[in-house]
Amino acid sequence: MIKDMLKLFFINKKAFAGLIILSLFILMALFAPMIAPYGPKQNENDGEKFPLMASPSSEHILGTTNAGYDLYSQLIYGSRVTLFVGILTGLITTFISLSVGLFSGYLRGTVDDVISFVNNVFLVIPSLPLVIVIASYIPMRGVLPIILVLALTGWAWGSRVVRAQVLTIGEREFIKVAEVMGEKTVIIVFREILPNIISLVMAIFFTSTIAAIIGEATLEFIGLGNISTVTWGTMLFWAQNNAALLLDAWWWFLPPGLFIGILGTSFALMNFAIDEISNPKIRKR
Amino acid sequence: MGDIILKLQNLEAGYIIKQGDIKAVDNVNFELKRGEFLGIAGESGCGKSTLAYTIMGLLEDNGRIFNGEILYQDKDLTSMTENELKAIRWQNISMVFQSAMNALNPVMKIGNQLIDTILSHKKDFTKRDAINKSKEMLKLVDITEDRMNAFPHQLSGGMKQRVMIAMAMILEPDIIIMDEPTTALDVVVQRTIIDKISDLRKQFNFSVIFITHDLSLLVEISDKLIIMYSGQIIESGLANKVYNNPLHPYTKGLMNSFPSLTGKLQDFGGIPGKPPNFLKLPGGCRFHTRCPMKQDICSKVAPPLQQINNDHTARCHFVKKGN
Amino acid sequence: MKYVLRKFFWFFFALYIAVTINFILPRLMPGDPASVLVNKLQGVEEGSMEAIRAAFGIDTDKSILAQYGDYLINILKGDLGISISNYPYKVWDVLSKALPWTIGLMGIATLFSFIIGTFIGIVVAWKRKTKVANSVLGIFLFIRSFPYFWLGLILVYFFAFKKPLFPLGGAYSIGVFRGDGLPFIKSVIYHGILPGLTIAISSMGYWMLTIRNNMINVLAEDYIIVARAKGLPLTQIMNKYAARNAILPSVSGFAMALGFIIGGSLLTEMVFSYPGIGFMLYQAVQQQDYPLIQAIFLFIAIAVMTANFLSDIVIMLLDPRVRDGGKK
Repeated sequence: MIKDMLKLFFINKKAFAGLIILSLFILMALFAPMIAPYGPKQNENDGEKFPLMASPSSEHILGTTNAGYDLYSQLIYGSRVTLFVGILTGLITTFISLSVGLFSGYLRGTVDDVISFVNNVFLVIPSLPLVIVIASYIPMRGVLPIILVLALTGWAWGSRVVRAQVLTIGEREFIKVAEVMGEKTVIIVFREILPNIISLVMAIFFTSTIAAIIGEATLEFIGLGNISTVTWGTMLFWAQNNAALLLDAWWWFLPPGLFIGILGTSFALMNFAIDEISNPKIRKR
Repeated sequence: MGDIILKLQNLEAGYIIKQGDIKAVDNVNFELKRGEFLGIAGESGCGKSTLAYTIMGLLEDNGRIFNGEILYQDKDLTSMTENELKAIRWQNISMVFQSAMNALNPVMKIGNQLIDTILSHKKDFTKRDAINKSKEMLKLVDITEDRMNAFPHQLSGGMKQRVMIAMAMILEPDIIIMDEPTTALDVVVQRTIIDKISDLRKQFNFSVIFITHDLSLLVEISDKLIIMYSGQIIESGLANKVYNNPLHPYTKGLMNSFPSLTGKLQDFGGIPGKPPNFLKLPGGCRFHTRCPMKQDICSKVAPPLQQINNDHTARCHFVKKGN
Repeated sequence: MKYVLRKFFWFFFALYIAVTINFILPRLMPGDPASVLVNKLQGVEEGSMEAIRAAFGIDTDKSILAQYGDYLINILKGDLGISISNYPYKVWDVLSKALPWTIGLMGIATLFSFIIGTFIGIVVAWKRKTKVANSVLGIFLFIRSFPYFWLGLILVYFFAFKKPLFPLGGAYSIGVFRGDGLPFIKSVIYHGILPGLTIAISSMGYWMLTIRNNMINVLAEDYIIVARAKGLPLTQIMNKYAARNAILPSVSGFAMALGFIIGGSLLTEMVFSYPGIGFMLYQAVQQQDYPLIQAIFLFIAIAVMTANFLSDIVIMLLDPRVRDGGKK
């Protein structure tokens, strides 16, 4: 079942394209020191100061900031935290969605009622404003609060979808058989139900990772991140705060946003592929 | 019984998928007379629904008619354009679909769903005429006319299926294809629906092709029976002959009464195993992988459909000897 | 009727939860927002402190329950305290100046985006085999992956800075006043086009994808095959049978989507310095104006929940199954 899924996933053109793009970004993050010509916060080389606000040239492919940092190097180093936060948040969100959805859907009864209720409340509370409110209260500016805040406010959608799916699967014969045979709940949930919703889990992971990447960029852009780390979001923050736009410094704000979008697209492509594979109605036609 | 109204000749149809072509209907031949009731039985995946969709010209995008003819009153449906087909479909050949639950648009009143059927075919009908006609048809299937304003979810499963029958009859077609029309219903409701179909057929003299996996439904009501396995007809004949003297082991299996090979009496719960994958059909007789009477020849030579006597054919190496 | 009552009850309950979250959050946070507030509030007139005291629990001997009670009463009275960054104005006064701008801009942009996106989605699903449909789909997938504010930046850069077709920001030109009538309205529309476009373009993908997926699911339903078999004209199948059913999940998902769109619109306002609540939130965050942040969050929550309630009502009108209470 899972094997078939993965096989279909790898021969799907969209999934393949998405996977390639993502791998390129991951490689970029891993080998940043080797690819980038300078450090992310290096403003001189061999005692020679970099020009400030320079437009792209052969020395600085994407120009420099008003502090003289090389933007091409920042862009490459920026992929590290951006990817890390995006993927980790995606994983945590998926984990929360999955655990809540699985147990709520499988256990039913009062447990389910209570969880569903909380779930519904979280669904209608607008998450970005909530994230901004929470982030503005937290004095610590950094990666960890961003991950936590995004994950804790982003799980509701996923867990509702998982729950609905588990409710349907719970009705199926093989679950009933396992119950009659006296299997433990945990075993049924993980061994019998989980493999059947694996495509859904992947879809939730992709969706929440996109949301996390954009959410991170957003928080950092309005100054709620740690502005001394270099990420694509903080690059946009500095660009905006130094009026890069009005100084016609397109090399400052264009590339980071473009990279965020392309990274998001890679996850969107894989998500789309999952949908094509797992939804027989789309596949058939 | 009247003249022959529908004739299938060497019909081969199925689907083109990535892994290859699937011939879900493989060299099927039969004749249907006016007013006749033809039952087609087989497990799911034997190609019986594909057969229905092929006759209706409603195969999906990847569906194909590979070969053969479907002659409706001597006109070949397979060579018609979509527009020519549209004129015949529902007007002359209509269909009752598998799941009554989903065959009605949930957000439209059933009256309107009957009316739009009439109006899209009968250009000389006014809205008033269409409403009257719809009420009349509902009455025929024992549904009161105030239900015109009901939404599908307000009707029971049996009522929905009767609405579908009314819808299939509304243009007074010659042939109605019924694809598992009673599957989702409970036994008592099944019975009333089948009796209703039987009555209406006598009254209006249309022909019925009734497709089901449940052979027992067909026995009393059918004139002729066809048993399909893996896309092929494996037995056909007059209903009472097939029922009283089933020739093919598969037919016997469908009747839940496999003769035991060892001589001991024992019940088979249907037929063990699954129908073969269309992409990996077994050599020889397609049924040999599951056949309790399997001999060496079965996996090597494919048996032809043999005429056993006037009104009875079967596709098995041993029918002559066994008979 | 029971359905409406149930939804109405849920609406109020969700609202109450949002209000309570607002009360709990500053008390849960590690940084002690209250002390930040105390510093900022030095020299503020005693009389205007009441509401803030209750909301944040600043130097008060009252028990937390009593604070909570005071807070709820203040909210009911519409007293949200004073805005620190706009001292001595009340939060409500500041907020009510910004609201019309946001509601106008976002409302119109969302409406357009919903209608156009849904329409495109229906066509794309209907013609899903064609190359054009696939490329349209691809473009939207791509656009949807960008942060709103960056799309806004790009639009400003190309259409206001490089080619000054539109203004760089603001809601109307300097020197034009409300009393001017038509010139004022013209100026407002002129200033609204780019931010409106940003919101519309970036949210359109959501509507388009949702309806497309719904359509594809619906098109596989038996009643579509029946409709085809019955020989109905294609437009009738597409509108009365397919789209009519496919739109239901879009409508019921409206409120959830609205949450995202509001989030995105807030950012759009920041980029365009548009004087709505998004830009105000931005300024409030910069200046740690907690009462204002709190009020803005509360307001957005109310807006989303109202939208949720309304979409529940619309679903009831559109889906007879919901009307009869047969389906959730």
